[in-house]
Amino acid sequence: MAQPGTIDPIHQFEIQKLVPINLFGFDMSFTNSALWMVIAVSVTTFVMVYGSASRSIVPGRLQSLAEMAYEFVANTLTGVTGREGMKFFPFVFSLFMFVFAANMLGMIPGSFTTTSHIIVTAAFAMLVITVVLVAGIVGHGSHFFGLFVPSGVPGWLLPFMVLIEVVSFVSRPISLSLRLFGNMLAGHIALKVFGAFVAALLGAGAAGILAPLPLLLAVALTALEFLVAFLQAYVFTILTCVYLNDALHPGH
Amino acid sequence: MELAAASALAKFIGAGLACLGMGLAAIGVGNIFGNFLSGALRNPSAADGQFGRAFIGAALAEGLGIFCFVVALVLLFVV
Amino acid sequence: MRRFLASALVLSSALPAFAAESKGGFPPFNATTFAGQLFWLALTFGTLYLLMSRVALPRVGAILSEREATIESSLAQASKAQAAAEAEAQGLEQALAKAKANAQAIAQEARTKSAREIDAKRSAVEKDLAAKMVAAEASINETKAKAMANVEDIAKDAVSAIVEQLAGKAPTAAAVTKAINAARGE
Repeated sequence: MAQPGTIDPIHQFEIQKLVPINLFGFDMSFTNSALWMVIAVSVTTFVMVYGSASRSIVPGRLQSLAEMAYEFVANTLTGVTGREGMKFFPFVFSLFMFVFAANMLGMIPGSFTTTSHIIVTAAFAMLVITVVLVAGIVGHGSHFFGLFVPSGVPGWLLPFMVLIEVVSFVSRPISLSLRLFGNMLAGHIALKVFGAFVAALLGAGAAGILAPLPLLLAVALTALEFLVAFLQAYVFTILTCVYLNDALHPGH
Repeated sequence: MELAAASALAKFIGAGLACLGMGLAAIGVGNIFGNFLSGALRNPSAADGQFGRAFIGAALAEGLGIFCFVVALVLLFVV
Repeated sequence: MRRFLASALVLSSALPAFAAESKGGFPPFNATTFAGQLFWLALTFGTLYLLMSRVALPRVGAILSEREATIESSLAQASKAQAAAEAEAQGLEQALAKAKANAQAIAQEARTKSAREIDAKRSAVEKDLAAKMVAAEASINETKAKAMANVEDIAKDAVSAIVEQLAGKAPTAAAVTKAINAARGE
């Protein structure tokens, strides 16, 4: 725990048990992380299921929202992979909506950002890479490993190139998970620290006159964090599409 | 100097050095958007179509800065 | 920049805490929470995937394709209607041109007919006038002859009177007539 008088931006990432559950000796409590995951899924399901319930040709607001989300992800996927990529559409869509909802819900004051834990983002990254590998091997067999052998490379350079390509492939899930985790973590730490600055300045008597400055910065940072929440979800999704494209059309 | 103090010292110095890597990542991100802007000034009609790709490139470059930050955090909090 | 700032601030804020060697732990790296998080993540993401793939996405896809089909059929209908309208417009133009040609023919016919009528009337009137002129000339000549005859008588009387005045004696009618004829013959 932090000493009194210091700023502790790490405490907000603590997992707190709300409903202790013990399954087979494992601690599967319903934590604040689980709560916000459930909320993210509920919000997404509400928008998509109730948005598509009315089926009118001229859509209302909720239906417009659902259709916009659908078309946005569909265009992203087909823009990268072409029409055959649509068989991965439910997966990519669920991924995008979950990450986007989780990021956005974390911006609510007092909430918990589920994607700010490395285990969550790493699980997503491993899921994506597993899907890519399975899709590649099932679809193309051993020809899929032609991905690691770029064309037009002289024979003596080939072992090094293959090694570099393999390392580059293995670094994909690492970078995917770390990018999302790092962005969420850094954003919330910065927000917490600037908020604490405002409070500290207000409590410091004469220096209270400077308190609006970190407040302005915190406002600007909050706006930036909303953008980053969307952008990181979008980048995660489009990189997933790029890796899926490698599985669907292997070889350079 | 005992080991604990020395290790704490080394951790903080290492974390500070890791932050320098973020400055380099910032140069990379600025590079991407600078090139995008100069291209957009030459061909404004094509600019909107490529705006998404600029953000993807920026996010990829920023990612490496994030890795530096994570190294700093690991040094501070995970020994 | 954000990350730079954040890490600098974390360092500055963490320094006093660590000076006292009391680690608060870093929750994201706290391995005891991993199993729980993974379990709930699998549960929630699995639910979301099932709901999306079975319920929501087919519905939205159906709505979008239905709208596209409606728009396409409306556009096809509109282009068909436009083609029909154009064909009708062309037919209308043709009929108009034909009607114009007809009207011109009719007008031409009417003009020639009226010209002929006018000619006929004119020649009739001309004949009429010519006959009248002949008659008028004849009557004029008659009147002139009568007047000339009268003039002769008047001249005879005048000459007799003058001679009588001048010579004191009335001439004979034959001498007067001879004198008048001689004067007229000159």
